[in-house]
Amino acid sequence: MMLSILHSTILLGSIGTVAAVILFVVSKKFYVYENPLIGEVEDILPAANCGGCGSPGCKAFAENLVNSDDISELFCPVGGNDVMKQVSQLLGKEVAEQDPTVAVLLCQGACDVRPKTTIYQGPRSCAISSLVYGGETDCQYGCLGDGDCVDVCDFDAMYMNEETGLPVIITDKCTSCGLCVKACPRDIIEMRPRNKRDLKIFVGCLNQDKGGIAKKACAVACIGCSKCEDICPKDAVIMTDNLAYIDPVACSLCRKCVEVCPTHSIIETNFPPKKVKIKKPEKPKAAPIAKTEINPEKPSTDA
Amino acid sequence: MLKTFPKGGIHPAENKITSSKAIRRMPVPKVVYVPIAQHIGIPSEIVVDRKDKVEIGQIIAKSGGYVSSNIHAPVAGTVTKLDMMVDTSGYKKQCIVIRTDQKNESNFETPEFPLKKEITMDQKDILQHITDSGIVGLGGATFPSHVKLDLKNDNLIDCLIINGVECEPYLTADHRLMLEKADEIVVGIQILMHALHIQRAVIGIENNKRDAVEVLKKAAQDDDRIKVAALQVKYPQGSEKQLIKAILKREVPKGGLPMDVGVIVHNVGTIFAIYQAVQHDRPLIERVVTVTGKKIENPSNFWVKIGTPIKDLVEEVGGIPEGTRKIVNGGPMMGKAIKNTDVPITKGTSGILVISEEEASRKESKNCIRCSNCVFVCPMGLEPHLLMNLSEKGFYERAKAEDIMTCIECGSCSYVCPSHRPLLDYIRFGKNIVKKLEAAQN
Amino acid sequence: MTDERIIISASPHVHSDSTSKKLMYDVLIALIPAFIVTLYVFGISALIMTSVAVISCILFEYLIQKYLLKTAVTVSDGSALITGILLAFNLPSSLPLWMVITGSFVAIGIAKMSFGGLGYNIFNPALVGRVFLFISFPAQMSSWPVPVENNMTLVDAISGETTLGIIKEGLMYGETMSTLSMQIPSMTELLLGFTSGSAGEMSALALILGGLYLLIRKVITWHIPITILVTMAVFTGIFWLVDPEQYANPLIHILSGGAVLGAFYMATDLVTSPMTKKGMIIFAVGIAVITVVIRLFGAYPEGISFAILIMNAFVPLINSYFKPRRFGNKIKAKIV
Repeated sequence: MMLSILHSTILLGSIGTVAAVILFVVSKKFYVYENPLIGEVEDILPAANCGGCGSPGCKAFAENLVNSDDISELFCPVGGNDVMKQVSQLLGKEVAEQDPTVAVLLCQGACDVRPKTTIYQGPRSCAISSLVYGGETDCQYGCLGDGDCVDVCDFDAMYMNEETGLPVIITDKCTSCGLCVKACPRDIIEMRPRNKRDLKIFVGCLNQDKGGIAKKACAVACIGCSKCEDICPKDAVIMTDNLAYIDPVACSLCRKCVEVCPTHSIIETNFPPKKVKIKKPEKPKAAPIAKTEINPEKPSTDA
Repeated sequence: MLKTFPKGGIHPAENKITSSKAIRRMPVPKVVYVPIAQHIGIPSEIVVDRKDKVEIGQIIAKSGGYVSSNIHAPVAGTVTKLDMMVDTSGYKKQCIVIRTDQKNESNFETPEFPLKKEITMDQKDILQHITDSGIVGLGGATFPSHVKLDLKNDNLIDCLIINGVECEPYLTADHRLMLEKADEIVVGIQILMHALHIQRAVIGIENNKRDAVEVLKKAAQDDDRIKVAALQVKYPQGSEKQLIKAILKREVPKGGLPMDVGVIVHNVGTIFAIYQAVQHDRPLIERVVTVTGKKIENPSNFWVKIGTPIKDLVEEVGGIPEGTRKIVNGGPMMGKAIKNTDVPITKGTSGILVISEEEASRKESKNCIRCSNCVFVCPMGLEPHLLMNLSEKGFYERAKAEDIMTCIECGSCSYVCPSHRPLLDYIRFGKNIVKKLEAAQN
Repeated sequence: MTDERIIISASPHVHSDSTSKKLMYDVLIALIPAFIVTLYVFGISALIMTSVAVISCILFEYLIQKYLLKTAVTVSDGSALITGILLAFNLPSSLPLWMVITGSFVAIGIAKMSFGGLGYNIFNPALVGRVFLFISFPAQMSSWPVPVENNMTLVDAISGETTLGIIKEGLMYGETMSTLSMQIPSMTELLLGFTSGSAGEMSALALILGGLYLLIRKVITWHIPITILVTMAVFTGIFWLVDPEQYANPLIHILSGGAVLGAFYMATDLVTSPMTKKGMIIFAVGIAVITVVIRLFGAYPEGISFAILIMNAFVPLINSYFKPRRFGNKIKAKIV
């Protein structure tokens, strides 16, 4: 009895010792030196691994930050200026400051204003259905409604609104990583600067068809009437291919264009309600994804 | 035992209900819509303007590059506008809209060209005529024909294959053309053989078109360089690579072209267009289109001007039947579903298929039961179930390593799948991404 | 309200009429002749056991899908039904019913649903259930009711021996094949199935009949079953030729011990078999070799269930090594 206990103890003990020696030798022999700074930088980064910076993850980005001499081109959109400032202090390198941005949806074509004329059958994915044709509605520029952007969002900042069939961006949660912009085959998600109180004015449409055709396909389409261009005091509206685009840098947020737009395709967000409501359209206001509703009373501050 | 390709293939119900209907001439439409992107490659450049008067056969859009093609006015009339129209791709594309001049007689006389057998042109002239006449592959791929014929060293080609397979169910356009224009097709083949110095030509026809086999054999009996091969009925035999394998037992290498094994393949429709262009100087402004469907009142084959809206054609066969839920431009296996009947006929339209309620809907996709039917039927020796999974989950590099790019998109895998999985949808998507990745690397 | 909108989908726009449901019901039809033989040989008890296995399999699948996984219930596809029948076919008809239910639970709950349901399981569910019972309750799992005699009663406790069991035991106690041949059933009996054994493995003839139906309906291809049977015949044949006194002849091996049931119905299970023809042949050879090794040199008289499960584990590997030949691969441009 004693002998068998002794045997097994010795046997197991020697196996353990041999294994330990092997582990020790291997760990010494194959030791990879890593700059401890990389770990420190990685700790500062948000650890979301979203890829918004262009690197395949936070670790790769940290390596990039530590190894390159000039990091003014590199920016973590999720962490924003705060994180970049900390990185700058740690590494002693200059970083560029960037205005915080937020994703906005350039389409208001909800089910009730943009009738579906066909039915798509096949995998529910924007990327796949866009290979087949221009979409269930007659507008080939707008949202396809299959939610590829929602699927890629790592921050739960998007969801599909069942009623409108459009994705909704929760501004407070949006980290502007840009994954949804890349996922959208129609390029209808744009990163726009997040101003102090997140005030934004933009054209919620990308339809390049002529006015009549666009209007027929979607009641809130930009018909390219140029009224906004005429009224804009700052020349912030650019008209190309029957479509208006508001340059966020030039825009002074005067809200004049919003009033003149005949199809209500210009969206304003987080503005306090206008005091003088001169003539609101009798139709239900066609701004179904009204981002104003997300945070009506308290304009969001930078996350 | 008749010849066929060895691996894979399916045999869907043929439904060739129009095979005994002679080709009718479609009345000249009031307005034609001519898209400028009717072929693979660079879209043509418009050379007319609004309110221009155009003559029949006049060039209205010039070839935009090497892999491109001229487009000719199918009717005489006035250009009313240059507009964006939804075409067969499902997207809006630039179109030239021409209102037919009702007084111009050239629109309404039926062009009857007597058979002209003597080939008077030399090689260079023939190829120039083919280039100028805007001839593209009429089998459906619409690859500009002059590119296929522009050989760097024509000694390497020893066989011309004429594709009269028409393996798609329902379609009979090529079948009728072979029956009615056999002599012209034989002359067309001789023109190409003359131009390319080829001493051997084989016409491949599936054996469900016995009559066409006989007619062409008779037409070609004086020329012992031209043979007619009857092939076993199997889809997708009309695919170039499968057809070469079936007839010559040569296998086009991966990523290669028929040229690499000394073969050029042309569709019978293309051959007829070449005949017309070379012998009668007539550009490609019309083609044969089968308008068919189980519920259609009077399914027929038509000579149709390019740019005729599909609704005119459907009117001609008795209108859209009740309960129609899908309209397909092309055959049921590879055709594209279209949004509405305003879409015009292009050079690549071989048929219009109207599908009713019962057959239109896809069934719900279920779990893969790993029955391997897709692997067995794939004519390219791929594993569709694997490629679908890789594309769905985003493993594009691995999909590329599994030869996703060699897929010919014949749809056999989706056709047989007992779980109704959208195999081809995902494979096509994966191919698209791999193509983009490859482009980004270069 | 009927939707009249035009449907858009990618090609192809037609579909063959084959569905996974039809495949499953074809398997079911193929099992009918064997089931009739089973009913004749083992009678009411076999009927009761099969019904219990089928009902419990379907019920477990339904309950798990509905309440545990909360996914769509897909019991109507027939796969649980087939698992139930195949499980019952692999059990002695005298087995206590609570064991049958336990086996069903293991088959459906552990071997199938925990992997993700139909199409995701690595191992053949019915065989996992059978092997689980075989290892847990070896005594009950290897006492076989005597055939035919008492097929109208529920009491069939009289324990017979399977053909291979007799041979194994006899050889162990130093007897030779020629002395044993008196005890084992004749070839005709083996073919028709009037022997002891699991409920469904009895009649090779009926099973082959069903197998032919499956081949004609193209539910299975010839590659797996024929390769298994041929390899088994060759392999056991070699031993038999070397020493016919110590090794049974190949025909006995093929016709008994569930070889035909395994080859035509268990190994060919679509989900757990390789997806290329080359792979199928490798898979089948593996099954046959392992089966024969277990039978001749292992502890158990029969071995095809273990062999199939072992080879099931290799299927992903086989799938990734044996690819169909790609069209135009490794072909040099043939310039004439």
